[in-house]
Amino acid sequence: MSEFVTRRSVLAGAGAGAALTTLPISMVTLAFGGEREDFTFTYISDAHIQQIKGASFVRNWDQGLKRAVAEANLVRPESDFVIFGGDLAQLGKREELDHGAEMLSKLKGRLHAVMGEHDYYLDLGDYWSKLYGPHYYSFDHKGVHFVVLNSILTSEQWTFHRWPTAEQRMLEMAGLDNPNGSPFMVGDKQRKWLANDLAKLDKKTPLVVFSHSPLQKIYKGWNFWTDDAEEVQALLAPFDSVNVIYGHVHQIQYNQIGNISFNSVMATAWPWPYPQSYAQAESHLPVLTIPMNRADPFFERDATGWQLIDMGSGRVTARYQLWDNDQRTVAFDHKAGHPVDVAYQEPTQRRLPQNQY
Amino acid sequence: MLRSTLLLALGLATIGATATRADEFTKTDIERYQKEFDLVAAKGRELWTSGALGTNGVACAQCHPNAANTHPETYPKFQKQLGKVAQLFEMVNWCIRNPLQGANLAPDDPRMTALVSYITFERRGVKLAPGQH
Repeated sequence: MSEFVTRRSVLAGAGAGAALTTLPISMVTLAFGGEREDFTFTYISDAHIQQIKGASFVRNWDQGLKRAVAEANLVRPESDFVIFGGDLAQLGKREELDHGAEMLSKLKGRLHAVMGEHDYYLDLGDYWSKLYGPHYYSFDHKGVHFVVLNSILTSEQWTFHRWPTAEQRMLEMAGLDNPNGSPFMVGDKQRKWLANDLAKLDKKTPLVVFSHSPLQKIYKGWNFWTDDAEEVQALLAPFDSVNVIYGHVHQIQYNQIGNISFNSVMATAWPWPYPQSYAQAESHLPVLTIPMNRADPFFERDATGWQLIDMGSGRVTARYQLWDNDQRTVAFDHKAGHPVDVAYQEPTQRRLPQNQY
Repeated sequence: MLRSTLLLALGLATIGATATRADEFTKTDIERYQKEFDLVAAKGRELWTSGALGTNGVACAQCHPNAANTHPETYPKFQKQLGKVAQLFEMVNWCIRNPLQGANLAPDDPRMTALVSYITFERRGVKLAPGQH
């Protein structure tokens, strides 16, 4: 626990990437109409709290979430709010959601939760709702409009008619590489809600959308995918600054599609390989993405972590707090018009384990 | 002389019709060999995804979907954390002991053979790179 993030280290990180990430103050003021003060929010995701039986839970995953919560509470000045990015539970059980919620309850600051498939497919989000409220919603904070989507829905047929029990439905969706799974989608009903929610906004309002699955298509075999991604993107396209932040993939990814920037966040539980490391797969990992280091399983928390995010540049800057690796910062490069890793973007700057497998 | 040679040849041909020569196998054989392997690899996939190998319900597939990031083509190789050149089964056992909180399988345990068959099957087509980290 020697690498706590403090405001000082965050600012030092910003200084190091200043050429890429910092805008003149006047431009920030312009982008936000001069009304806004800078703020940071904390992003913790994919805890996968897993019950063994009774009151015993998988220690490894518990430790990840506990550590993220403890560290996030030490950031000064405090974050304005916390996002939990989904997959609090492994198999959607009450015991898992309760145990995870108890750990998250130690967080300072308001918590906004995103639905993950591991929270949903046992009781279709019923118990999760009792803890965290509606499955999709929006809120405004200091001049930025935030939208939380439930992007892990799938077809009626698969959800209601394919499996004999809710437990089996949950198990089938919980296997990332399970060919019996089904592609995620936001769905018609929620897209209509989103269109309405956005209709009242000025197109200059900075927009941040939180989803569990990527609202872009990377690799269908592991559901690094949202089936109606293009339809959702079309609703977001009219806005000047659109930022999508997603969990699910347990790895660093970033991309730019039109004016929409995409950033993924890490899991606290375990890392996932990049799809291209599966020799039989066709992957569409965004070419912009510089992979994180190959995970070293001998270090239990390697390639897991949490994020501090700010909108100081008018776009998302994601500072990855990686426990057994150097921190990484992915920030919007206004000249290039897309997110970049402030240290490793140039091919000559990469480290061997970022390209190994 | 010619007649005895012919008789000998006929005799061999008769034997050949009933017993397989050392280097000959049939389409049926190949199909059988493949089927045997596929069954074992399928058993490996079942174990890989089941959560039954350890004591805490964690499955190999949770961290390694489609056995990705196991790179069987690089074994045997030096594992700095083990301090020696290790085989793939030793790394599988490391994972069973640690994230899965279970006990080692013997190298020739049919379950280990199944796991290694599945891992290798998912990595088919990749060049061998022994020793590479």
